[in-house]
Amino acid sequence: MAETPSHREPILELKNVSSHYGPVRALEGVSLTVHQGEIVTLIGANGAGKSTLLMTLFANPRATVGEVFFAGTKITHLPTHRVSPLGLALVPEGRRIFPGMTVIENMELGRTALGQQRQKVNLEFLYNLFPILKERRGQKAGTLSGGEQQMLAIARALMSQPRLLLLDEPSLGLAPMMIRKIFALIQTIVQSGTTVFLVEQNANQALQIADRGYVLVNGQIRLTGTGHELLTNPEVRQAYLGKLTHRE
Amino acid sequence: MEPSILAQQTVNGLVLGTSYGLIAIGYTMVYGIIGMINFAHGEIYMVSAYLTAIFLAVLASFGITSVPFTLVVVLAATICVTALHGWFLERIAYRPLRNSTRLAPLITAIGLSLVLQNYVRLSQGARSQGIPTLLQGSFAIPIDSHGNLIRITHVQTLIVIVALLSMAVLTFIMHRTSLGRACRATEQDRIMASLLGIDTDRVIAIVFIIGAAMAAIAGVLVSLNYGSFDFHIGFVTGIKAFTAAVLGGIGSLPGAMLGGLILGLAESFFAGFVNSDYKDVFAFSLLVLILIFRPSGLLGQPQITKV
Repeated sequence: MAETPSHREPILELKNVSSHYGPVRALEGVSLTVHQGEIVTLIGANGAGKSTLLMTLFANPRATVGEVFFAGTKITHLPTHRVSPLGLALVPEGRRIFPGMTVIENMELGRTALGQQRQKVNLEFLYNLFPILKERRGQKAGTLSGGEQQMLAIARALMSQPRLLLLDEPSLGLAPMMIRKIFALIQTIVQSGTTVFLVEQNANQALQIADRGYVLVNGQIRLTGTGHELLTNPEVRQAYLGKLTHRE
Repeated sequence: MEPSILAQQTVNGLVLGTSYGLIAIGYTMVYGIIGMINFAHGEIYMVSAYLTAIFLAVLASFGITSVPFTLVVVLAATICVTALHGWFLERIAYRPLRNSTRLAPLITAIGLSLVLQNYVRLSQGARSQGIPTLLQGSFAIPIDSHGNLIRITHVQTLIVIVALLSMAVLTFIMHRTSLGRACRATEQDRIMASLLGIDTDRVIAIVFIIGAAMAAIAGVLVSLNYGSFDFHIGFVTGIKAFTAAVLGGIGSLPGAMLGGLILGLAESFFAGFVNSDYKDVFAFSLLVLILIFRPSGLLGQPQITKV
């Protein structure tokens, strides 16, 4: 298994982050680091605060305590729309594609973060990754199947040529075939030079492709280690890889 | 049923309908993007009528007599200043309430509507205002061999042409430009839009500006057609345009245009064939019927509320 590439630059760093939904505390003193070129996974049960952690990076909600750094820039209190232009792209929980717009319009919206520089986005590269999207580019996104919508959400995020791709449960609600396809895609994306932070309930598959992982329990980081270490950790095996693994 | 009256009322209805449609756009776009009925929108239209009179007077004081030049300048100036009003209202009154309860901006809108009425009343006087006829003349079209004519004034022709043109331009902007794409994205999922890097506050401000600009176009044209107005006209016209927006399906841009045309025609036929005193009653009865039988309007999609 891959060693922790500590010699590399940290691209994302959370230092002692807490955040709240109104009076309810969702995260408590979370610290974690993602280095350039890694796949890092965050696993945890429903309601552990995984999605909140991702949304906190975008200041929605804002961290009430602690600091968030992206590529050396402090982003803790940046307005939501100013975050993605720095080079982060989120594939959110539930995909959140724009159902009333066409596939190509959804993808074009992903380019917003690039601003006026209007770089030529390599559409062909994305169409090679997702041939189905090329076929359906004129179709309303709402008419796509769940797996296709997930691919569209990933393609939309990649349109901004992010340095760090954040994925929130990309396997949720998909057939096993499609899940394998999505995980294979994630590996291809990392090979092309994008760092990936993967949030999953599907711990088994996530840890298998991850360099490192964190386990989130009730808003706190309980465990961390390489993917291999966590896969063989008895606590993780019992809580996330036992009978409950395929509860979806 | 007299065919010449039918034809004449069709023309009148189309003219009336396009102006309703223009104002309805402001209701429908604002509703689409922040889910709020901006009841102050009718007053924006009223303000633009006064601005028309002011700019006409200013141009006249410079001794400018060219009709096309006056029209273009008055239209442009009124659109700009009215749009500024729309932007200002959003900035000071609605944006601070963005994350409050649904009722707060609604009540604010009603309050703003009173503020605008009295702001105009105090600055311009309570009496009804008139503007000079800028564009005279009409042409007549014979419709049968008995010498029956329908008469279409040049102002009416102008209204229909300018209104259709503005709607076409707006449709183009919404569907073919990145600004339009950002508007539609914000409308469908505001949080996702901001995650992608869209400044949704800016998009919402632009929607208010577009809505006010469309109302201003209607304000200029209708004022030129009728020649007189007072600080009360925003209310009834605003409610009618709102009816048009609901009729077409609130949130739908083509719906606002279609709703405006249908309402204009319905009102005009009722006035021509039944009773012109009760045409407003008829228009609002239409609203009641739509709300009962097709609450999502002609082109609107039924709302699916996620629990």
